[in-house]
Amino acid sequence: MRVSPKYTQIGAVTILGAATAFTVAILIFIIIFVLEKGLPVLSFNFLFTNPSDMGRSGGILPILIGTVLLPVLAIIVAAPLGICTSVYLVEFTLESRVTRLIRFGTDCLAGVPSIIFGLFGFIFFVTILGMGWSIMSGGLSLALMILPTIIRTSEEAIRAVPKAYREVSFSLGASRWQTVRKVVLPNALPGVVTGVVLGIGRSIEETAVVIFTAGSSLLIPTSLFDSTRTMAVHFYILAREGLSMENAYGTAASLIIAVLIVNLTAYWMMHRFIAKRN
Amino acid sequence: MFSEKGVERLLSVIAFSAISALALIALFIFIEGIPFLLKYGIKDFLLSSDWRPESGKFGIYPMISASFWVMLGAMLVGAPFGIAGAIFLAEFTPKTVMHIIKPAIELLAAVPSVIYGFIGVVVLAPIIREVFGGPGLSLLAGAIILGIMILPTVISISIDSILAVPASFREGSLALGATIWQTVHMLTIKAAKSGIIASIILGMGRAIGETMAVIMVTGNAVMIPNSALDSVRTLTANIALEMSYATGMHREALFATGVVLFIVIIFLNAIASVVIRKKVITK
Repeated sequence: MRVSPKYTQIGAVTILGAATAFTVAILIFIIIFVLEKGLPVLSFNFLFTNPSDMGRSGGILPILIGTVLLPVLAIIVAAPLGICTSVYLVEFTLESRVTRLIRFGTDCLAGVPSIIFGLFGFIFFVTILGMGWSIMSGGLSLALMILPTIIRTSEEAIRAVPKAYREVSFSLGASRWQTVRKVVLPNALPGVVTGVVLGIGRSIEETAVVIFTAGSSLLIPTSLFDSTRTMAVHFYILAREGLSMENAYGTAASLIIAVLIVNLTAYWMMHRFIAKRN
Repeated sequence: MFSEKGVERLLSVIAFSAISALALIALFIFIEGIPFLLKYGIKDFLLSSDWRPESGKFGIYPMISASFWVMLGAMLVGAPFGIAGAIFLAEFTPKTVMHIIKPAIELLAAVPSVIYGFIGVVVLAPIIREVFGGPGLSLLAGAIILGIMILPTVISISIDSILAVPASFREGSLALGATIWQTVHMLTIKAAKSGIIASIILGMGRAIGETMAVIMVTGNAVMIPNSALDSVRTLTANIALEMSYATGMHREALFATGVVLFIVIIFLNAIASVVIRKKVITK
């Protein structure tokens, strides 16, 4: 018997729709689950007091500081490298074997698992360069990890600047670099910043790299060569060693909120950028 | 001000930063791991099931098999849901709705892996223990959690490749009286095949490389799994669990595990990029 195409269509849409709804439901479940358990713990006091007894009680002030410092250092290193790379790829060279090699390298770097960045950071920054478990080692390792994100996003943003803008600038006698600086980059800025914000997000989420390179000290860092821990690491240690479920949930909630704020900012900026383009 | 030539030269040097980083990472992981492989023997290292670092036995076959099965399980969970979601969003939902749901799904990728792991421990593992028995923290738990974690990768790349199919293909099919679903499964999916395959390969890479979530949910016993309910330890978990106290040969063995992981990942990425490039050329 042949089933009418009309009914197979209805069947297919139902199944596909259910799969999609399930995916979205998981996202909502995760966020609500963490916030429901964690929000009651969150307070001004929790965020801004020192932890005591290995994190069993007290707050997360040093962890908050570590969570800000590591991504900031990573961005200071990775953003200039990434943006210059994408400017070169789009504005200064034609598609060739070299650009294909650079793109392939970028894609591979994006696929390298975080544990490998952790191993590398541990052997190179912590041991060979003698930086020890520190904000410096952690920030530099994270910088390598987020470099591909920044390169890809800013490459797309720069490519999206209409050709006509460049042609007008060239016809007025501007050089390539002047055109990039005065015309292309200002127009691509929101897109480029989106990449930077996504890079910050990835650094905040990361655990394996940070444990191996920045250590897990609970003291407030006084220099870039002090060890520190981020919220993701703190949450992992609290949850895994069963030190304090209450503080683990509180940390998880602040982590999820930080990640949501950063990523929603990135989407909002990207959306505005695209809306302006069209 | 900068001279034009100077700027160009500077940028062309910086442009190699990502690939130099990759080379540097490969170099140092290999320097630490390769001498061990030569000393201990590649065959013994890869194919022996005897992992007892304290007596100098370093066989990672159980971890290789665990990584493989966890990855395969994750694909069985993630690929059908991911591809179904991508088709639904690209072909059956209005553009405005897709532009809300796609970022929401991509947000799944931004949830820290420790949180996934934790949800696996407190929500999923007890359910598995109740329903199927066993310890709960198992290969199955790892496969389900990783399957969820790779959904954003699969969905977002698949959507892009489905949307890249020229509208004229669809219009031709619809004009011949085909329903949207007939058009989708007879034409659009076939035209977008390479992108969908690439999304699955990249998902495999993510599943093999994931560390923290896997450590938390798979139980970490060094053994070749007999069933999906067994506790297993993956390659990544093996490195992360023992690195903090390993010294000497033991540490070198962990770096050698990193070498194996690195080679597998680069191999998967190379396949994915060949698949994607082939699509661009045939277009």
